[in-house]
Amino acid sequence: MSDEHGEMIRRLYASIGEACVIEPNVAHVEVHGNRVLGLHLVDGLKVEADETDDGISARVRVEPGRVIETPVRICFGLLPERGVQRIKMDVDIAEGGRVAVLASCTFPNAVQILHTMDADIRVGKDAQYLYLERHVHGKSGGVTIVPKARVILEEGARFRTDFELIRGLVGDIDIDYHAVCGPRSVLEMAARVSGAGDDRIKIREEATLEGEAARGVLTTNVAVRERARAEIFNTLLATAPYARGHVDCKEIIQGEAQARATPIVDVRHPKAHVTHEAAIGSVDSKQLETLMAHGLTEEEATELIIEGLLSPSL
Amino acid sequence: MREKAILEIRNLVLRMSGRSILDDLSMGFARHRVHAVIGPNGAGKSTLACAIMGLSDYRRYEGSILFKGEPVDELPVDQRARRGMTMAWQEPARYEGLSVERFILSGAAKKSKETVREVLEQVGLDPARYGGRAVDKTLSGGERKRVELASILAMRPLLVIMDEPDSGIDMDALARIFDALEFLKANGSTVLLITHSVAVLERADHGFLMCDGKLICEGGVEKIRRYYANKCMPCDHPNEPHSDFGERAGDE
Ligand SMILES: Nc1ncnc2c1ncn2[C@@H]1O[C@H](COP(=O)(O)OP(=O)(O)OP(=O)(O)O)[C@@H](O)[C@H]1O
Ligand SMILES: [Mg+2]
Repeated sequence: MSDEHGEMIRRLYASIGEACVIEPNVAHVEVHGNRVLGLHLVDGLKVEADETDDGISARVRVEPGRVIETPVRICFGLLPERGVQRIKMDVDIAEGGRVAVLASCTFPNAVQILHTMDADIRVGKDAQYLYLERHVHGKSGGVTIVPKARVILEEGARFRTDFELIRGLVGDIDIDYHAVCGPRSVLEMAARVSGAGDDRIKIREEATLEGEAARGVLTTNVAVRERARAEIFNTLLATAPYARGHVDCKEIIQGEAQARATPIVDVRHPKAHVTHEAAIGSVDSKQLETLMAHGLTEEEATELIIEGLLSPSL
Repeated sequence: MREKAILEIRNLVLRMSGRSILDDLSMGFARHRVHAVIGPNGAGKSTLACAIMGLSDYRRYEGSILFKGEPVDELPVDQRARRGMTMAWQEPARYEGLSVERFILSGAAKKSKETVREVLEQVGLDPARYGGRAVDKTLSGGERKRVELASILAMRPLLVIMDEPDSGIDMDALARIFDALEFLKANGSTVLLITHSVAVLERADHGFLMCDGKLICEGGVEKIRRYYANKCMPCDHPNEPHSDFGERAGDE
Protein backbone atom coordinates (compact mmCIF):
# COMPACT_ATOMS: atom_id res chain seq x y z
CA MET A 1 0.00 0.00 0.00
CA SER A 2 1.40 3.41 -0.92
CA ASP A 3 1.91 6.03 1.77
CA GLU A 4 -0.61 8.21 0.01
CA HIS A 5 -3.27 5.50 0.20
CA GLY A 6 -2.41 4.79 3.82
CA GLU A 7 -2.87 8.45 4.71
CA MET A 8 -6.20 8.60 2.88
CA ILE A 9 -7.45 5.49 4.69
CA ARG A 10 -6.45 7.03 8.00
CA ARG A 11 -8.40 10.19 7.18
CA LEU A 12 -11.50 8.22 6.14
CA TYR A 13 -11.59 6.35 9.44
CA ALA A 14 -10.74 9.49 11.40
CA SER A 15 -13.83 11.19 9.95
CA ILE A 16 -16.01 8.52 11.55
CA GLY A 17 -14.06 8.70 14.78
CA GLU A 18 -12.33 5.36 14.37
CA ALA A 19 -8.84 4.00 13.96
CA CYS A 20 -7.78 1.98 10.88
CA VAL A 21 -8.47 -1.73 10.92
CA ILE A 22 -5.24 -3.64 11.38
CA GLU A 23 -6.17 -7.01 12.89
CA PRO A 24 -5.28 -9.67 10.29
CA ASN A 25 -8.45 -11.69 11.00
CA VAL A 26 -10.71 -8.76 10.06
CA ALA A 27 -11.46 -8.40 6.37
CA HIS A 28 -11.73 -4.80 5.21
CA VAL A 29 -12.21 -2.68 2.11
CA GLU A 30 -11.69 1.05 1.81
CA VAL A 31 -12.93 3.05 -1.15
CA HIS A 32 -12.43 6.76 -1.73
CA GLY A 33 -14.32 8.06 -4.74
CA ASN A 34 -13.51 5.53 -7.43
CA ARG A 35 -10.25 4.34 -5.87
CA VAL A 36 -9.96 1.11 -3.96
CA LEU A 37 -7.43 2.20 -1.35
CA GLY A 38 -7.33 -0.92 0.75
CA LEU A 39 -8.48 -4.51 0.36
CA HIS A 40 -7.78 -7.25 2.85
CA LEU A 41 -9.59 -10.58 2.68
CA VAL A 42 -9.95 -13.62 4.87
CA ASP A 43 -10.48 -17.26 4.01
CA GLY A 44 -13.87 -18.01 2.48
CA LEU A 45 -14.53 -14.40 1.43
CA LYS A 46 -13.91 -13.22 -2.13
CA VAL A 47 -14.06 -9.61 -3.25
CA GLU A 48 -13.27 -8.34 -6.74
CA ALA A 49 -13.51 -4.65 -7.30
CA ASP A 50 -13.17 -2.70 -10.55
CA GLU A 51 -12.73 1.01 -10.59
CA THR A 52 -15.20 2.77 -12.90
CA ASP A 53 -15.34 6.43 -14.03
CA ASP A 54 -17.11 7.63 -10.91
CA GLY A 55 -17.11 4.74 -8.50
CA ILE A 56 -16.52 1.04 -8.23
CA SER A 57 -18.17 -2.17 -9.27
CA ALA A 58 -17.64 -4.98 -6.80
CA ARG A 59 -18.48 -8.64 -6.52
CA VAL A 60 -18.57 -10.07 -3.04
CA ARG A 61 -18.91 -13.79 -2.42
CA VAL A 62 -18.94 -15.95 0.66
CA GLU A 63 -18.16 -19.52 -0.30
CA PRO A 64 -20.50 -22.40 0.54
CA GLY A 65 -20.61 -23.30 4.21
CA ARG A 66 -17.99 -20.70 5.12
CA VAL A 67 -18.58 -18.67 8.25
CA ILE A 68 -16.72 -15.38 8.38
CA GLU A 69 -16.23 -15.06 12.13
CA THR A 70 -15.44 -11.36 12.47
CA PRO A 71 -17.57 -8.65 10.84
CA VAL A 72 -16.15 -7.30 7.61
CA ARG A 73 -15.41 -3.56 7.66
CA ILE A 74 -16.16 -1.52 4.58
CA CYS A 75 -15.53 2.18 4.36
CA PHE A 76 -16.88 4.24 1.45
CA GLY A 77 -16.32 7.91 1.33
CA LEU A 78 -15.45 11.17 -0.32
CA LEU A 79 -13.49 13.71 1.66
CA PRO A 80 -13.74 16.71 -0.71
CA GLU A 81 -16.73 19.02 -0.68
CA ARG A 82 -17.97 17.99 -4.12
CA GLY A 83 -18.08 14.83 -6.16
CA VAL A 84 -19.88 11.70 -7.24
CA GLN A 85 -19.47 8.16 -5.99
CA ARG A 86 -21.45 5.35 -7.56
CA ILE A 87 -21.12 1.91 -6.03
CA LYS A 88 -22.35 -1.21 -7.77
CA MET A 89 -22.34 -4.34 -5.65
CA ASP A 90 -23.14 -7.93 -6.40
CA VAL A 91 -23.32 -9.95 -3.24
CA ASP A 92 -23.65 -13.70 -3.20
CA ILE A 93 -23.72 -15.59 0.07
CA ALA A 94 -23.56 -19.22 -1.02
CA GLU A 95 -25.44 -22.02 0.70
CA GLY A 96 -24.73 -22.19 4.42
CA GLY A 97 -22.33 -19.22 4.30
CA ARG A 98 -22.43 -16.52 6.92
CA VAL A 99 -21.12 -13.00 7.09
CA ALA A 100 -21.75 -9.71 8.82
CA VAL A 101 -20.67 -6.42 7.23
CA LEU A 102 -20.31 -3.06 8.89
CA ALA A 103 -20.21 -0.42 6.17
CA SER A 104 -19.46 3.20 6.97
CA CYS A 105 -20.22 5.88 4.43
CA THR A 106 -18.49 9.12 5.19
CA PHE A 107 -18.91 12.51 3.52
CA PRO A 108 -17.79 14.75 6.35
CA ASN A 109 -17.19 17.91 4.28
CA ALA A 110 -20.00 17.50 1.79
CA VAL A 111 -21.32 20.58 0.05
CA GLN A 112 -22.52 18.86 -3.10
CA ILE A 113 -22.04 15.12 -3.20
CA LEU A 114 -23.95 12.33 -4.89
CA HIS A 115 -23.55 8.82 -3.52
CA THR A 116 -25.46 5.97 -5.09
CA MET A 117 -25.46 2.33 -4.16
CA ASP A 118 -26.93 -0.24 -6.43
CA ALA A 119 -26.86 -3.68 -4.90
CA ASP A 120 -28.00 -7.11 -5.99
CA ILE A 121 -27.95 -9.45 -3.07
CA ARG A 122 -28.57 -13.18 -3.05
CA VAL A 123 -28.57 -14.99 0.26
CA GLY A 124 -28.45 -18.71 -0.51
CA LYS A 125 -30.10 -21.63 1.19
CA ASP A 126 -29.62 -21.49 4.98
CA ALA A 127 -27.08 -18.70 4.56
CA GLN A 128 -26.94 -15.53 6.68
CA TYR A 129 -26.09 -11.98 5.78
CA LEU A 130 -26.10 -9.02 8.09
CA TYR A 131 -25.42 -5.60 6.63
CA LEU A 132 -25.21 -2.51 8.78
CA GLU A 133 -24.73 0.78 6.94
CA ARG A 134 -23.78 3.85 8.94
CA HIS A 135 -23.58 7.31 7.49
CA VAL A 136 -21.59 10.30 8.59
CA HIS A 137 -22.43 13.49 6.72
CA GLY A 138 -21.31 17.09 6.87
CA LYS A 139 -22.98 19.91 8.72
CA SER A 140 -24.40 21.52 5.60
CA GLY A 141 -26.40 18.51 4.43
CA GLY A 142 -25.12 18.77 0.86
CA VAL A 143 -25.35 15.06 0.17
CA THR A 144 -27.70 13.15 -2.04
CA ILE A 145 -27.81 9.49 -1.08
CA VAL A 146 -29.56 6.99 -3.28
CA PRO A 147 -29.25 3.42 -2.01
CA LYS A 148 -31.09 0.74 -3.95
CA ALA A 149 -31.04 -2.95 -3.23
CA ARG A 150 -32.73 -6.00 -4.67
CA VAL A 151 -32.55 -8.92 -2.30
CA ILE A 152 -33.34 -12.58 -2.86
CA LEU A 153 -33.59 -14.85 0.13
CA GLU A 154 -33.54 -18.54 -0.63
CA GLU A 155 -34.97 -21.24 1.59
CA GLY A 156 -34.01 -20.79 5.25
CA ALA A 157 -31.86 -17.73 4.50
CA ARG A 158 -31.60 -14.81 6.93
CA PHE A 159 -30.93 -11.24 5.98
CA ARG A 160 -30.85 -8.23 8.19
CA THR A 161 -30.04 -4.72 7.13
CA ASP A 162 -29.85 -1.58 9.21
CA PHE A 163 -29.40 1.88 7.76
CA GLU A 164 -28.39 4.61 10.17
CA LEU A 165 -27.39 8.22 9.88
CA ILE A 166 -25.41 8.94 13.00
CA ARG A 167 -23.90 12.35 12.37
CA GLY A 168 -24.53 15.39 10.22
CA LEU A 169 -27.48 16.35 8.07
CA VAL A 170 -29.12 14.01 5.61
CA GLY A 171 -29.38 16.29 2.64
CA ASP A 172 -31.49 14.24 0.27
CA ILE A 173 -31.94 10.59 0.90
CA ASP A 174 -33.87 8.18 -1.26
CA ILE A 175 -33.76 4.59 -0.07
CA ASP A 176 -35.35 1.88 -2.16
CA TYR A 177 -35.06 -1.71 -0.98
CA HIS A 178 -36.91 -4.65 -2.37
CA ALA A 179 -36.77 -8.23 -1.11
CA VAL A 180 -38.25 -11.54 -2.18
CA CYS A 181 -38.34 -14.10 0.60
CA GLY A 182 -38.31 -17.84 0.06
CA PRO A 183 -39.54 -20.60 2.35
CA ARG A 184 -38.62 -20.24 6.06
CA SER A 185 -36.43 -17.26 5.30
CA VAL A 186 -36.18 -14.33 7.70
CA LEU A 187 -35.90 -10.73 6.61
CA GLU A 188 -35.33 -7.72 8.83
CA MET A 189 -35.01 -4.33 7.18
CA ALA A 190 -34.59 -1.26 9.29
CA ALA A 191 -33.85 2.37 8.57
CA ARG A 192 -33.22 4.92 11.28
CA VAL A 193 -32.71 8.46 10.12
CA SER A 194 -32.99 11.90 11.61
CA GLY A 195 -33.45 15.00 9.51
CA ALA A 196 -33.27 18.72 10.11
CA GLY A 197 -32.80 21.92 8.14
CA ASP A 198 -34.08 21.35 4.61
CA ASP A 199 -33.44 17.60 4.57
CA ARG A 200 -35.60 15.41 2.37
CA ILE A 201 -36.01 11.78 3.38
CA LYS A 202 -37.71 9.21 1.23
CA ILE A 203 -37.68 5.59 2.25
CA ARG A 204 -39.25 2.76 0.34
CA GLU A 205 -39.01 -0.75 1.73
CA GLU A 206 -40.85 -3.56 0.01
CA ALA A 207 -40.88 -7.25 0.62
CA THR A 208 -42.75 -10.21 -0.76
CA LEU A 209 -43.12 -13.20 1.53
CA GLU A 210 -43.62 -15.80 -1.15
CA GLY A 211 -42.20 -18.91 0.51
CA GLU A 212 -44.06 -20.94 3.08
CA ALA A 213 -43.40 -19.71 6.64
CA ALA A 214 -41.27 -16.80 5.42
CA ARG A 215 -40.99 -14.00 7.95
CA GLY A 216 -40.36 -10.31 7.42
CA VAL A 217 -40.19 -7.17 9.52
CA LEU A 218 -39.85 -3.72 7.99
CA THR A 219 -38.95 -1.00 10.48
CA THR A 220 -38.59 2.70 9.83
CA ASN A 221 -37.86 5.17 12.59
CA VAL A 222 -37.49 8.77 11.59
CA ALA A 223 -37.16 11.99 13.53
CA VAL A 224 -37.53 15.27 11.65
CA ARG A 225 -37.33 18.83 12.85
CA GLU A 226 -37.08 22.37 11.44
CA ARG A 227 -38.19 22.25 7.79
CA ALA A 228 -37.29 18.64 7.07
CA ARG A 229 -39.70 16.34 5.24
CA ALA A 230 -40.00 12.58 5.42
CA GLU A 231 -42.01 10.19 3.30
CA ILE A 232 -42.12 6.51 4.06
CA PHE A 233 -43.58 3.80 1.85
CA ASN A 234 -43.49 0.34 3.34
CA THR A 235 -45.11 -2.56 1.58
CA LEU A 236 -45.33 -6.10 2.77
CA LEU A 237 -46.99 -8.65 0.52
CA ALA A 238 -47.63 -12.18 1.77
CA THR A 239 -48.66 -14.87 -0.68
CA ALA A 240 -47.70 -18.08 1.10
CA PRO A 241 -49.17 -20.10 3.96
CA TYR A 242 -47.74 -19.37 7.42
CA ALA A 243 -45.94 -16.30 6.16
CA ARG A 244 -45.66 -13.78 9.01
CA GLY A 245 -44.88 -10.13 8.67
CA HIS A 246 -44.88 -6.82 10.48
CA VAL A 247 -44.47 -3.25 9.28
CA ASP A 248 -43.47 -0.73 11.89
CA CYS A 249 -43.13 2.97 11.24
CA LYS A 250 -42.49 5.62 13.86
CA GLU A 251 -41.89 9.22 13.06
CA ILE A 252 -41.34 12.03 15.51
CA ILE A 253 -41.86 15.51 14.16
CA GLN A 254 -40.92 18.82 15.70
CA GLY A 255 -41.05 22.42 14.54
CA GLU A 256 -42.29 22.87 10.98
CA ALA A 257 -41.24 19.41 9.89
CA GLN A 258 -43.65 17.12 8.08
CA ALA A 259 -43.87 13.37 7.81
CA ARG A 260 -46.02 10.99 5.89
CA ALA A 261 -46.21 7.22 6.12
CA THR A 262 -47.92 4.86 3.73
CA PRO A 263 -47.79 1.33 5.06
CA ILE A 264 -49.29 -1.22 2.70
CA VAL A 265 -50.11 -4.66 3.93
CA ASP A 266 -51.26 -7.04 1.25
CA VAL A 267 -52.14 -10.60 2.22
CA ARG A 268 -53.13 -13.10 -0.44
CA HIS A 269 -53.21 -16.33 1.48
CA PRO A 270 -55.70 -17.17 4.25
CA LYS A 271 -52.96 -18.76 6.35
CA ALA A 272 -50.64 -15.75 6.17
CA HIS A 273 -50.65 -12.99 8.77
CA VAL A 274 -49.24 -9.48 8.51
CA THR A 275 -49.62 -6.60 10.95
CA HIS A 276 -48.65 -2.96 10.87
CA GLU A 277 -48.14 -0.13 13.27
CA ALA A 278 -47.59 3.49 12.34
CA ALA A 279 -47.27 6.41 14.70
CA ILE A 280 -46.47 9.93 13.57
CA GLY A 281 -46.43 12.95 15.77
CA SER A 282 -44.68 14.78 18.51
CA VAL A 283 -42.90 12.90 21.25
CA ASP A 284 -45.25 10.78 23.36
CA SER A 285 -46.22 12.85 26.41
CA LYS A 286 -45.96 10.00 28.89
CA GLN A 287 -42.46 9.11 27.69
CA LEU A 288 -41.54 12.76 27.92
CA GLU A 289 -43.02 13.40 31.35
CA THR A 290 -41.51 10.24 32.83
CA LEU A 291 -38.05 11.53 31.97
CA MET A 292 -38.99 15.04 33.08
CA ALA A 293 -40.04 13.52 36.43
CA HIS A 294 -36.41 12.34 36.57
CA GLY A 295 -35.41 15.99 36.36
CA LEU A 296 -34.58 16.25 32.64
CA THR A 297 -35.73 19.35 30.80
CA GLU A 298 -38.19 18.90 27.95
CA GLU A 299 -35.35 19.33 25.44
CA GLU A 300 -33.10 16.81 27.16
CA ALA A 301 -35.93 14.30 27.45
CA THR A 302 -36.88 14.73 23.79
CA GLU A 303 -33.28 14.22 22.73
CA LEU A 304 -32.95 11.02 24.74
CA ILE A 305 -36.20 9.59 23.34
CA ILE A 306 -35.17 10.37 19.76
CA GLU A 307 -31.69 8.99 20.32
CA GLY A 308 -33.26 5.71 21.49
CA LEU A 309 -35.62 5.60 18.55
CA LEU A 310 -32.72 6.05 16.14
CA SER A 311 -30.28 3.67 17.78
CA PRO A 312 -30.01 0.15 16.44
CA SER A 313 -32.15 -2.37 18.25
CA LEU A 314 -30.56 -3.45 21.52
CA MET B 1 -49.28 13.91 63.84
CA ARG B 2 -48.37 17.52 63.40
CA GLU B 3 -44.75 17.47 62.33
CA LYS B 4 -43.72 19.76 59.55
CA ALA B 5 -45.16 18.42 56.29
CA ILE B 6 -42.89 18.07 53.27
CA LEU B 7 -45.96 18.17 51.04
CA GLU B 8 -49.16 20.01 51.71
CA ILE B 9 -52.29 20.07 49.62
CA ARG B 10 -54.74 22.89 50.19
CA ASN B 11 -58.31 22.79 48.88
CA LEU B 12 -57.34 21.04 45.66
CA VAL B 13 -60.07 20.92 43.05
CA LEU B 14 -59.52 19.45 39.59
CA ARG B 15 -62.28 19.40 37.00
CA MET B 16 -62.09 17.35 33.84
CA SER B 17 -64.81 17.12 31.21
CA GLY B 18 -67.06 19.15 33.53
CA ARG B 19 -66.67 16.76 36.50
CA SER B 20 -64.80 17.33 39.74
CA ILE B 21 -62.30 14.49 39.73
CA LEU B 22 -60.58 15.94 42.79
CA ASP B 23 -63.04 17.59 45.12
CA ASP B 24 -61.62 20.01 47.69
CA LEU B 25 -58.77 17.87 48.96
CA SER B 26 -56.62 19.08 51.84
CA MET B 27 -53.86 16.78 53.01
CA GLY B 28 -50.53 17.00 54.81
CA PHE B 29 -47.66 14.55 54.30
CA ALA B 30 -45.14 14.47 57.14
CA ARG B 31 -41.47 14.10 56.32
CA HIS B 32 -39.64 10.74 56.40
CA ARG B 33 -42.87 8.76 56.58
CA VAL B 34 -44.57 6.29 54.31
CA HIS B 35 -48.06 7.52 53.52
CA ALA B 36 -50.73 5.56 51.71
CA VAL B 37 -53.69 6.85 49.75
CA ILE B 38 -56.22 4.06 49.39
CA GLY B 39 -59.56 4.03 47.60
CA PRO B 40 -61.67 2.19 45.05
CA ASN B 41 -61.13 2.25 41.26
CA GLY B 42 -61.92 5.67 39.92
CA ALA B 43 -61.60 7.45 43.28
CA GLY B 44 -59.11 9.91 41.80
CA LYS B 45 -55.87 8.53 43.28
CA SER B 46 -53.83 8.57 40.07
CA THR B 47 -55.25 11.97 39.23
CA LEU B 48 -54.03 13.25 42.59
CA ALA B 49 -50.56 11.82 41.88
CA CYS B 50 -50.45 13.52 38.48
CA ALA B 51 -51.59 16.85 39.92
CA ILE B 52 -48.95 16.75 42.66
CA MET B 53 -46.29 15.97 40.06
CA GLY B 54 -47.55 18.76 37.80
CA LEU B 55 -48.10 16.70 34.65
CA SER B 56 -49.26 18.91 31.81
CA ASP B 57 -52.86 17.62 31.60
CA TYR B 58 -53.34 18.05 35.37
CA ARG B 59 -52.06 21.53 36.03
CA ARG B 60 -55.30 23.45 35.73
CA TYR B 61 -56.38 22.87 39.31
CA GLU B 62 -57.70 25.22 41.95
CA GLY B 63 -56.15 25.34 45.40
CA SER B 64 -52.49 24.96 46.11
CA ILE B 65 -49.73 22.39 46.44
CA LEU B 66 -46.79 23.24 48.69
CA PHE B 67 -43.53 21.34 48.62
CA LYS B 68 -40.99 22.07 51.34
CA GLY B 69 -43.24 24.93 52.40
CA GLU B 70 -43.32 26.64 49.01
CA PRO B 71 -46.10 26.63 46.44
CA VAL B 72 -45.13 24.69 43.29
CA ASP B 73 -48.35 25.38 41.37
CA GLU B 74 -46.59 27.42 38.70
CA LEU B 75 -43.83 24.86 38.16
CA PRO B 76 -43.85 22.28 35.36
CA VAL B 77 -42.99 18.66 36.08
CA ASP B 78 -39.22 18.90 35.50
CA GLN B 79 -38.84 21.82 37.88
CA ARG B 80 -40.84 20.02 40.53
CA ALA B 81 -38.57 17.01 39.99
CA ARG B 82 -35.46 19.12 40.39
CA ARG B 83 -36.78 20.30 43.74
CA GLY B 84 -36.76 16.68 44.85
CA MET B 85 -40.07 15.02 44.04
CA THR B 86 -40.71 12.24 41.58
CA MET B 87 -43.26 9.65 40.65
CA ALA B 88 -43.55 6.05 39.48
CA TRP B 89 -46.47 5.57 37.10
CA GLN B 90 -49.21 2.99 37.50
CA GLU B 91 -48.48 1.94 33.88
CA PRO B 92 -44.92 3.02 33.12
CA ALA B 93 -43.99 4.30 29.66
CA ARG B 94 -41.91 2.21 27.28
CA TYR B 95 -39.08 3.46 25.11
CA GLU B 96 -37.73 1.97 21.95
CA GLY B 97 -33.94 1.71 21.88
CA LEU B 98 -33.34 3.24 25.32
CA SER B 99 -31.34 0.91 27.54
CA VAL B 100 -32.26 0.17 31.14
CA GLU B 101 -28.88 1.58 32.10
CA ARG B 102 -29.41 4.91 30.30
CA PHE B 103 -32.94 5.14 31.66
CA ILE B 104 -31.74 4.65 35.25
CA LEU B 105 -28.87 7.09 34.81
CA SER B 106 -31.11 9.77 33.29
CA GLY B 107 -32.06 11.02 36.75
CA ALA B 108 -29.46 9.34 38.95
CA ALA B 109 -27.86 11.37 41.72
CA LYS B 110 -24.57 9.52 41.12
CA LYS B 111 -24.10 8.65 37.48
CA SER B 112 -22.00 5.49 37.55
CA LYS B 113 -22.18 1.83 36.55
CA GLU B 114 -22.05 1.07 40.24
CA THR B 115 -25.33 2.94 40.80
CA VAL B 116 -27.02 0.94 38.04
CA ARG B 117 -25.80 -2.32 39.54
CA GLU B 118 -26.91 -1.41 43.05
CA VAL B 119 -30.42 -0.28 42.23
CA LEU B 120 -31.13 -3.18 39.87
CA GLU B 121 -30.04 -5.61 42.57
CA GLN B 122 -32.29 -3.82 45.03
CA VAL B 123 -35.34 -4.47 42.88
CA GLY B 124 -34.27 -8.05 42.22
CA LEU B 125 -33.16 -7.72 38.59
CA ASP B 126 -29.79 -9.16 37.59
CA PRO B 127 -27.72 -6.18 36.33
CA ALA B 128 -25.81 -8.36 33.86
CA ARG B 129 -29.02 -9.56 32.26
CA TYR B 130 -31.05 -6.36 32.38
CA GLY B 131 -28.66 -3.39 32.18
CA GLY B 132 -28.26 -3.60 28.41
CA ARG B 133 -31.85 -4.41 27.55
CA ALA B 134 -34.21 -1.82 26.16
CA VAL B 135 -36.98 -0.30 28.29
CA ASP B 136 -39.39 -1.34 25.55
CA LYS B 137 -42.21 -3.78 25.07
CA THR B 138 -39.90 -6.77 25.43
CA LEU B 139 -39.83 -6.20 29.20
CA SER B 140 -42.73 -7.80 31.03
CA GLY B 141 -45.10 -5.54 32.95
CA GLY B 142 -43.56 -6.51 36.28
CA GLU B 143 -40.00 -6.07 35.01
CA ARG B 144 -40.92 -2.65 33.67
CA LYS B 145 -42.37 -1.61 37.05
CA ARG B 146 -39.20 -2.74 38.78
CA VAL B 147 -36.97 -0.83 36.35
CA GLU B 148 -39.08 2.24 37.11
CA LEU B 149 -38.54 1.75 40.82
CA ALA B 150 -34.81 1.20 40.27
CA SER B 151 -34.60 4.53 38.43
CA ILE B 152 -36.26 6.22 41.39
CA LEU B 153 -33.92 4.62 43.92
CA ALA B 154 -31.04 6.03 41.88
CA MET B 155 -32.50 9.54 42.12
CA ARG B 156 -32.43 9.68 45.92
CA PRO B 157 -35.56 11.85 45.91
CA LEU B 158 -37.03 13.70 48.90
CA LEU B 159 -40.55 12.62 47.94
CA VAL B 160 -41.64 9.66 45.83
CA ILE B 161 -45.16 9.04 44.68
CA MET B 162 -45.66 5.39 43.78
CA ASP B 163 -48.86 4.66 41.90
CA GLU B 164 -49.89 1.05 42.59
CA PRO B 165 -46.39 -0.31 43.17
CA ASP B 166 -47.80 -3.84 43.49
CA SER B 167 -49.81 -4.04 40.26
CA GLY B 168 -48.51 -6.81 38.01
CA ILE B 169 -45.89 -7.80 40.58
CA ASP B 170 -45.47 -11.37 41.85
CA MET B 171 -44.96 -12.28 45.53
CA ASP B 172 -41.19 -12.53 45.29
CA ALA B 173 -40.80 -9.20 43.58
CA LEU B 174 -43.28 -7.61 45.98
CA ALA B 175 -40.98 -8.47 48.89
CA ARG B 176 -38.18 -6.64 47.01
CA ILE B 177 -40.40 -3.65 46.49
CA PHE B 178 -41.24 -3.53 50.19
CA ASP B 179 -37.49 -3.73 50.97
CA ALA B 180 -36.94 -0.84 48.57
CA LEU B 181 -39.59 1.13 50.46
CA GLU B 182 -37.71 0.60 53.70
CA PHE B 183 -34.52 1.67 51.97
CA LEU B 184 -36.11 4.87 50.69
CA LYS B 185 -37.42 5.68 54.13
CA ALA B 186 -34.11 4.88 55.83
CA ASN B 187 -32.40 7.21 53.36
CA GLY B 188 -34.61 10.15 54.18
CA SER B 189 -37.25 9.92 51.47
CA THR B 190 -40.92 10.53 52.13
CA VAL B 191 -43.07 8.02 50.27
CA LEU B 192 -46.62 8.36 49.03
CA LEU B 193 -48.10 4.98 48.11
CA ILE B 194 -51.21 4.89 45.98
CA THR B 195 -53.08 1.64 46.19
CA HIS B 196 -56.29 -0.29 46.67
CA SER B 197 -54.44 -3.15 48.33
CA VAL B 198 -54.57 -3.59 52.09
CA ALA B 199 -51.19 -5.39 51.94
CA VAL B 200 -49.61 -2.20 50.59
CA LEU B 201 -51.52 0.02 53.02
CA GLU B 202 -50.05 -2.01 55.89
CA ARG B 203 -46.55 -0.96 54.82
CA ALA B 204 -47.39 2.67 55.51
CA ASP B 205 -47.11 4.73 58.69
CA HIS B 206 -50.14 6.84 57.91
CA GLY B 207 -53.10 6.60 55.56
CA PHE B 208 -55.74 8.53 53.65
CA LEU B 209 -58.94 7.09 52.27
CA MET B 210 -60.35 8.62 49.10
CA CYS B 211 -63.67 8.07 47.37
CA ASP B 212 -65.15 10.02 44.47
CA GLY B 213 -62.39 12.62 44.57
CA LYS B 214 -63.02 13.36 48.24
CA LEU B 215 -61.02 12.64 51.35
CA ILE B 216 -63.16 10.32 53.48
CA CYS B 217 -60.85 9.73 56.38
CA GLU B 218 -57.22 9.92 57.43
CA GLY B 219 -55.10 8.67 60.27
CA GLY B 220 -53.20 5.64 61.51
CA VAL B 221 -52.95 2.67 59.22
CA GLU B 222 -55.00 0.40 61.47
CA LYS B 223 -57.86 2.88 61.54
CA ILE B 224 -57.81 3.29 57.75
CA ARG B 225 -57.52 -0.47 57.27
CA ARG B 226 -60.57 -1.11 59.46
CA TYR B 227 -62.61 1.60 57.81
CA TYR B 228 -61.66 0.34 54.34
CA ALA B 229 -62.32 -3.32 55.20
CA ASN B 230 -65.66 -2.66 56.92
CA LYS B 231 -67.13 0.12 54.85
CA CYS B 232 -65.42 0.15 51.43
CA MET B 233 -64.83 -3.46 50.52
CA PRO B 234 -68.52 -4.45 50.99
CA CYS B 235 -69.68 -1.12 49.50
CA ASP B 236 -72.40 -1.33 46.83
CA HIS B 237 -72.21 2.34 45.85
CA PRO B 238 -68.51 2.98 45.02
CA ASN B 239 -67.64 6.60 44.33
CA GLU B 240 -70.98 7.75 45.70
CA PRO B 241 -70.03 8.43 49.33
CA HIS B 242 -72.82 9.29 51.79
CA SER B 243 -73.14 13.00 52.40
CA ASP B 244 -72.56 12.36 56.15
CA PHE B 245 -69.32 10.42 55.68
CA GLY B 246 -68.40 11.77 59.08
CA GLU B 247 -64.83 11.08 60.08
CA ARG B 248 -62.86 13.76 58.30
CA ALA B 249 -59.18 14.49 58.36
CA GLY B 250 -57.46 14.66 61.70
CA ASP B 251 -60.01 13.22 64.14
CA GLU B 252 -58.02 10.25 65.34
N1 LIG C 1 -59.04 13.19 31.30
C1 LIG C 1 -60.15 12.81 31.97
N2 LIG C 1 -61.36 13.27 31.61
C2 LIG C 1 -62.47 12.86 32.28
N3 LIG C 1 -62.45 12.02 33.29
C3 LIG C 1 -61.28 11.54 33.70
C4 LIG C 1 -60.05 11.90 33.06
N4 LIG C 1 -59.05 11.26 33.66
C5 LIG C 1 -59.61 10.53 34.65
N5 LIG C 1 -60.94 10.69 34.67
C6 LIG C 1 -61.89 10.08 35.59
O1 LIG C 1 -61.50 10.46 36.88
C7 LIG C 1 -61.78 9.44 37.80
C8 LIG C 1 -60.56 9.15 38.63
O2 LIG C 1 -59.59 8.50 37.84
P1 LIG C 1 -58.22 8.01 38.45
O3 LIG C 1 -57.45 7.37 37.36
O4 LIG C 1 -57.56 9.11 39.18
O5 LIG C 1 -58.74 6.91 39.48
P2 LIG C 1 -57.90 5.93 40.42
O6 LIG C 1 -58.36 6.17 41.80
O7 LIG C 1 -56.47 6.05 40.16
O8 LIG C 1 -58.47 4.51 39.95
P3 LIG C 1 -57.70 3.08 39.76
O9 LIG C 1 -57.73 2.45 41.10
O10 LIG C 1 -58.59 2.37 38.80
O11 LIG C 1 -56.34 3.33 39.25
C9 LIG C 1 -62.28 8.26 37.00
O12 LIG C 1 -63.69 8.24 37.06
C10 LIG C 1 -61.83 8.57 35.61
O13 LIG C 1 -62.70 8.02 34.64
MG1 LIG D 1 -55.01 4.78 39.34
